[in-house]
Amino acid sequence: MAAYSTDPAPDPADGAAAPHAPPGLVQLFLGFLSVTVVAFGGVLPIARRALVERYRWVTPEEFTELIGLAQFLPGPNIVNLAVVVGGRFRGPLGALAAFLGLTLVPAVGVVLISVVFTRYGDIAAVSNMLAGLAAAAAGLVIAMAARMAEPLWRHPRLHSSAIALAAFLAMTVVSLPMAQVMAVLLPAALALSWWANRR
Amino acid sequence: MSDDSPITALVLHFLLISLLAVGGANAVLPEMHRQVVEVAGWMSNAEFARTFAIAQAAPGPNMLVVTLIGWQVAGAWGALAATLAMCGPTCVLAYIVGGIWHRFREARWRRVVQGALVPLAIGLIAASGVVLAQGAARSVPTALFTAATAIVLYRTRLSPLWMMALGAGLGALGLI
Repeated sequence: MAAYSTDPAPDPADGAAAPHAPPGLVQLFLGFLSVTVVAFGGVLPIARRALVERYRWVTPEEFTELIGLAQFLPGPNIVNLAVVVGGRFRGPLGALAAFLGLTLVPAVGVVLISVVFTRYGDIAAVSNMLAGLAAAAAGLVIAMAARMAEPLWRHPRLHSSAIALAAFLAMTVVSLPMAQVMAVLLPAALALSWWANRR
Repeated sequence: MSDDSPITALVLHFLLISLLAVGGANAVLPEMHRQVVEVAGWMSNAEFARTFAIAQAAPGPNMLVVTLIGWQVAGAWGALAATLAMCGPTCVLAYIVGGIWHRFREARWRRVVQGALVPLAIGLIAASGVVLAQGAARSVPTALFTAATAIVLYRTRLSPLWMMALGAGLGALGLI
């Protein structure tokens, strides 16, 4: 693979310098495994901390942009992200290593947990514990969105903020089907972005 | 479970759902529910809700709800088939597009696409956070705990695991 280059302006607030040497297959597998086994209630926030801050495989800007790509592509976001990151460093095998690291152990784990939980699910403490876990998981996702939105606040650009706000309102206040939201907002966002980038 | 093998039906359902899942697995949950509960009748409403809660609480990607549905419908082979149907074709697509994306990182059209996708992603993730918070907020203390978690994890470098453990503990004790 070609040498890995970074975007010119790393974000000093996140403390991310240029990435270290490209990870190998085993490192990709173990890296995504280390993310996924502690990712309760959503992988993206944990993945951001690991890939950007701990391993420094991608810069903060690249991560946000990769999330955008992973969301725009069909399929589970975090799986797309792992495939793109693994593939970028080590080709198809890297993509496979990242995918297996992300999914193999948790897939077995979730089946085992469901077997146990089906047996003890009627106990109030167990379902209360799950409710508390869900509340924390929601807060984690909100915190991640706020982190990702920091560039929008630091360098405010009207069209970016408008797109983010429109997507947010369409999915929460108006609660439209996802396909319709994307069908309208994606062309609109592309047009606005093209207009803002014209010379 | 029906007598004829449901694995083919599982694969077809999740292939279709994966291609609709622009914006991630949580975006297609209503569609998944429709297929699994109403069309195929593999699970009751309550079973579906419980399956989703377990997949959320267990470590790993949220899309493992698909693995769990496959497991409950058709055992180990069902779990494998559903997972591969959900991830296989979209992984190949992501690999191809990801390569193109990186190769053209200096191109102007990519800057335009990026300028459109980044704010969209931020808006959609913020929306997921709010939708999740609404689902989790069974009481005022629960909602306050979600808000406190968001603020703590945004303002500090604290590992999210501590807040998850705190939430689980407070929940188990019946405090939130």
